[in-house]
Amino acid sequence: MDATTLALVVLPLLLLQFGLLGYALYDLFQEDRRVRGDSKVMWALIILFVNVVGPLIYLFLGRDESRGVALEATATGAPAPGSSTAAILASWPRLESTTEAAVTTSGLTKRYRGGVVALDKLDLTVPSGSIFGFLGPNGAGKTTTLRLLTGLAGATAGTGTVAGVPIGRTDGQLARNIGYLDQDPRFYAWMKGRELLDMVARLHGLHGAERRRRVDDVLEIVGLRQAGHRRIGGYSGGMRQRLGIGQALINQPRVLFLDEPVSSLDPEGRRDVLAIISRLRGTATVFMSTHILNDVERVCDRVAILNLGHLVVEGPIDELLDRYAQPIFELEPEPQQPGAVEKLAGLMRRQRWAQEVQTTSDTVRVFAKDPGVAGPAILPLVVKSGVGLARFERERPSLEDVFLRLVAESGPPIAPAVHIPATGLDGRARR
Amino acid sequence: MMGFGTLLIKELREQLRTGRLVAVAAVFILFGTLGPLTDRYMSELINALGSQGGEMTITVPPPSLSGAATQILKNLTQFGIVCALLLAMGSVAWEKDRGTAGMILTKPASRAAFLGSKLAAIAVNLAIAVILGCGLAYGYMLVLYPQAFDIVGYVEMALLLWWMLVGFASITLLGSTLTRSATAAAGIGLVALLVLSIAGSLPVIGPYMPISLGNVAFDLVLGSDPGWILGPIVFNVLLVPAVFGVTWLVFRNQEL
Repeated sequence: MDATTLALVVLPLLLLQFGLLGYALYDLFQEDRRVRGDSKVMWALIILFVNVVGPLIYLFLGRDESRGVALEATATGAPAPGSSTAAILASWPRLESTTEAAVTTSGLTKRYRGGVVALDKLDLTVPSGSIFGFLGPNGAGKTTTLRLLTGLAGATAGTGTVAGVPIGRTDGQLARNIGYLDQDPRFYAWMKGRELLDMVARLHGLHGAERRRRVDDVLEIVGLRQAGHRRIGGYSGGMRQRLGIGQALINQPRVLFLDEPVSSLDPEGRRDVLAIISRLRGTATVFMSTHILNDVERVCDRVAILNLGHLVVEGPIDELLDRYAQPIFELEPEPQQPGAVEKLAGLMRRQRWAQEVQTTSDTVRVFAKDPGVAGPAILPLVVKSGVGLARFERERPSLEDVFLRLVAESGPPIAPAVHIPATGLDGRARR
Repeated sequence: MMGFGTLLIKELREQLRTGRLVAVAAVFILFGTLGPLTDRYMSELINALGSQGGEMTITVPPPSLSGAATQILKNLTQFGIVCALLLAMGSVAWEKDRGTAGMILTKPASRAAFLGSKLAAIAVNLAIAVILGCGLAYGYMLVLYPQAFDIVGYVEMALLLWWMLVGFASITLLGSTLTRSATAAAGIGLVALLVLSIAGSLPVIGPYMPISLGNVAFDLVLGSDPGWILGPIVFNVLLVPAVFGVTWLVFRNQEL
């Protein structure tokens, strides 16, 4: 509330309120009024009661704790994770080098009432230390999988382990080894950011100076050191997301589950959150569900693609791109050659290895069935046509191309899932 | 109950920060003190209003300790039940709906601790309110009446009142666990109140119902013989843990 509002609205209203209250009480106790004797006390109480009821109704029903002044990240000093973050994370225990998988599932199935199968016989192995992208269109079963793995829901069939602990254990062993960020993290609006982290640290059994130091470290990592003393109700969406990552990190988890961690953020917020995730490499295994494929390519080592509750493919990103991405050749004729684009496009369309040819005003894009044949054949054809080329390029296929192709192809009935080992199909070690 | 202490502190802090503690205490103070005041001044107020020239005659019983006790119990029972419903109706439903329950329960905190901390915090809130409301009402009676209640009977009345309210809060907490809507939870609490009120008027089971604790409390505060009260008191003491047990069974395998 600014000073002008205070001066022009609130103060006059308060003066009016208390003025009327004071006048009514003054008038009540005048000698010549109808109300006499002890009844004046009763009337005074009625007047005070009416003044109290309004605030009480407001306190019970009128307050909306979920709302507040959105303090934008820029105003609260949310620096991109920097050197201090790196130093803090470097001081955290590293994941021990192990061949044991961080997450395994075997035949994991979730069937809801009414027969809806959200997840169908999921067999998955996530190597320890990886940043694992769990991809799929909306309704693929990503969130269901995360809920099963974190113990928030029970599986209809199948088993799984997280950090070696069977899922479904309720003795706290699973919770001590994991961190979890919900898709749309909501916290107690009345709490301060620091208080939330402190509470979570207490639940994880941290005490005294160690707990305070951990809270400070996590606030630094997620860039909320300045905003830690503010009410969460006033946080922006990006700040809530970073606080969510903070609460998931407070116990230095071995496996960190993030459900769509950047989907609701602006580009700057996404950059910050992805930077935090990247820096966790070696400190925790990160299992991240998302459908923002550019982000996956930026931070993830391995991915799994899920569709309609079925695993479509799983493996290192490079391997998936090599195996499934359709090569694209792009040709750009020299300017000042009327009809050159149409001429090249017509020529390419006649080739048996060309699956599809697309044109723009100045380029021709050729989708080849077999890049081994198309690559050497294209340039001789161009020379033969007499068109001068300004640019010839084989485009690096994106994960999005692979994703769209595999999801489109994996509609029911589902083909058996393809697993690409951590060493890659060619036997070389992958990232 | 893994994590109970931490969650109880959080719940108590929430009661304080969101103003619920103050609001409930204010309601109890207001309606607690209104009890003896109403009894003491109602006749004069009616007479003052009646003397304005109207023909109507209203007869109000003269002020008495039993009248004050009736007013205190009536006020605090009615508004206390409303407060208990308001405190409990959203406690679990809102957390499930907003996802904060999921956030807490992926930490080393048991579901029993999650529920138990909520009921305990509501019980503490109601205890503070009952102490303040009944305490101030007692002070008013010392001032307004020539003699006061026996303090032991009065404390017993306050204890029974508090436990009855905790009972209604536990039933509403069950409703809040069954649904994701605070309104539906309040509805369940109100239906339970209705059913228990009707059951309270039945001949055999009536004395065992929470609402009948008010009659026992009334007799205790006036020093009258309330009859055989061990059974009803034991039943109501056990009712809260029993309802809590059902709530835990419902919540134990609930998907969040």
